[in-house]
Amino acid sequence: MRTILIPVSEILCIKMNNKALITRNLIFSYTRSVTFGFPDIDCEPGNHCIITGPSGCGKTTFLHLIAGLLKPDSGEVIVQGTDTVRLYSSEADRFRGKNIGIIYQKPHFIQWLTAFENLQIARYLNNLATENEDINHLLRSLNLQGKAKSKPSQMSQGELQRLSIARAVINKPALILADEPTSSLDDKNCEEALNLLKRQAEELQASLVIATHDKRLLDHFSNRIFL
Amino acid sequence: MNIFSLNRKQIKAKPLSSLLNIFLFATGVAIISFLFLTTEKIESQLSSNVAGIDLVVGAKGSPLQLILAGIYHIDHPTGNIQYKEALELTKNPLIKQAVPLALGDSYRGFRIIGTDQTYPDLYHGQLKEGMLWKTDFETNIGFKVAEKTGLKISDSFTGVHGFIEDAGHAHDEHEYIVTGIFEETGTVLDQLILTNIASVWKIHEHHHEHHDEKHMESEGAHVTEAEETHDHEHEHTDKSGHVHTDGHEHEHGYDHGHNAGEEHGHTQENDEEITMLLVKYTNPMGAITLPRLVNSSTNMQAASPALEINRLYSLMGVGIRTIRLIAGFIMAISAFSIFISLLNSLKERKYELALIRSMGGSRSKVFSLVILEGISIAFIGYLVGLALSRLGMLLVSYYTENNYHYNLQQWFNINDGYFLFVSLVIGLLSALIPAIKAMHTDISKTLSE
Repeated sequence: MRTILIPVSEILCIKMNNKALITRNLIFSYTRSVTFGFPDIDCEPGNHCIITGPSGCGKTTFLHLIAGLLKPDSGEVIVQGTDTVRLYSSEADRFRGKNIGIIYQKPHFIQWLTAFENLQIARYLNNLATENEDINHLLRSLNLQGKAKSKPSQMSQGELQRLSIARAVINKPALILADEPTSSLDDKNCEEALNLLKRQAEELQASLVIATHDKRLLDHFSNRIFL
Repeated sequence: MNIFSLNRKQIKAKPLSSLLNIFLFATGVAIISFLFLTTEKIESQLSSNVAGIDLVVGAKGSPLQLILAGIYHIDHPTGNIQYKEALELTKNPLIKQAVPLALGDSYRGFRIIGTDQTYPDLYHGQLKEGMLWKTDFETNIGFKVAEKTGLKISDSFTGVHGFIEDAGHAHDEHEYIVTGIFEETGTVLDQLILTNIASVWKIHEHHHEHHDEKHMESEGAHVTEAEETHDHEHEHTDKSGHVHTDGHEHEHGYDHGHNAGEEHGHTQENDEEITMLLVKYTNPMGAITLPRLVNSSTNMQAASPALEINRLYSLMGVGIRTIRLIAGFIMAISAFSIFISLLNSLKERKYELALIRSMGGSRSKVFSLVILEGISIAFIGYLVGLALSRLGMLLVSYYTENNYHYNLQQWFNINDGYFLFVSLVIGLLSALIPAIKAMHTDISKTLSE
């Protein structure tokens, strides 16, 4: 057995590339007077973390920074080795589409497309094959196959939430971000939603990052970030 | 799934608003296209039928009416002129060619023109079958006449007095016979029946004989009972109840007029009339001297086709300009409507657009979606407008065909391509500002609401 010498910087690089998400020194200001500084995140692939704190403390902002929907004043957001802050607008969009799945607080969908088509468009926008069994498979696993041809206006809250999860994972991202996924649910549904999320993340070996003030979720995650 | 299927679904999702925009746009396109089609067709018909005729000499009255009747065979002629006087005029060295016309009868709405054999040459008429008319009552018919009436070589028919189908009384005594059919020329020749002037004289002379006695000369109210009380030197019989008892055998119609004329003491040339003279100058000097000469020193009137048609254009022109303005206005309003509805829809659609961005859609993708919506509305509006204008043309052409035998139908036009380009540009411009706004949607803010 031979010993292979690797320079420290390279070791660090390898280590960083292996991480699902790293954030460092993120600072963001909405206006000149309102500035947020965020704690650093270090998340291994397949591990999950939870961002928590009272309302208005910037959880959604933090999540949007991680997603690349907002650009920080300074700092780094490194997803699977790529610093998304440094990417140009269209590159950032593409990167996000392929690597990051987002579940919003309120289910947003394109009203004039069916459930199936809403998933299709997530693939189309990233130049992925749209005629695919993957979509149907996903709908089945989330118990939505009956609603494939329905428009969002014809679906219940619960169904829309499951569809949000489906859309977040359709492109097999490395990172799944969820903004208050359980806040409006009762305990039973909260448990179900959480298990669903975890299961999907596990299937993809993706990392879950949840921003929430729902105390019920705290116990399920060891990596906690307090704002 | 592609940008076009998305666009299609998008438009279908707002059916009322999309329909309104399409319809508005279509109306503007329809009016402008229709105007272009009709004016172009009318202008080309007007100019092709002038056929190098420099002057029309006829009875005094409205010069425009003279031109309309003599060249385009619409409207009634202003009256008749003395054949002798017209003949005198043709001796003028400034006149290169003078074609006489004797109008007055028609067959099933198609006018019968008594003229000489140079008339078809004016319109480059070629005989499809048969021969040029030679003797009295031989006729050559135009392409459209043959088509509509079904007349063939050797068929015979009787004309009616006046120009309205079935309204005038029939000149049953004399039948015409078809000896030639012309090829289609795309000019007024297609709708005419040509014969020699003598035939027209004979038909009307026969009548005038009958009417000398009773003097009942009102349009279409010829009294046939008068025939019983004639004191002709000979009695005449033919199919309508006349008894021919001439001293000589003659074939019905052919010698009749001539002999009757002689025996009644008529001299053909003194009292004979024609309706007008179509004149070509030997040199441009003719334009300066001849009209004035005719108008001031004879009982006749001279009208210049070019002048009268220009006058007609300027009369028409005012109306056309107004309609064009209105159509342009409608198109501007519709472009504005597309713009406003796109802008308004942006407010409702900002979630969608932000969503598309967040799912991986680039700014340019979002921009293209909005632009495409504007362009496709304009495009569909263009197609509908084009179809509407053709429909309009069909209706107008049907009317003019039935009443004036002029076909204004035109399906394709070079301007169509030009309209398409303009429509697409308008669509693009209406959508530009909304598209730029869409590009700059604040994703984060929108999606956190």
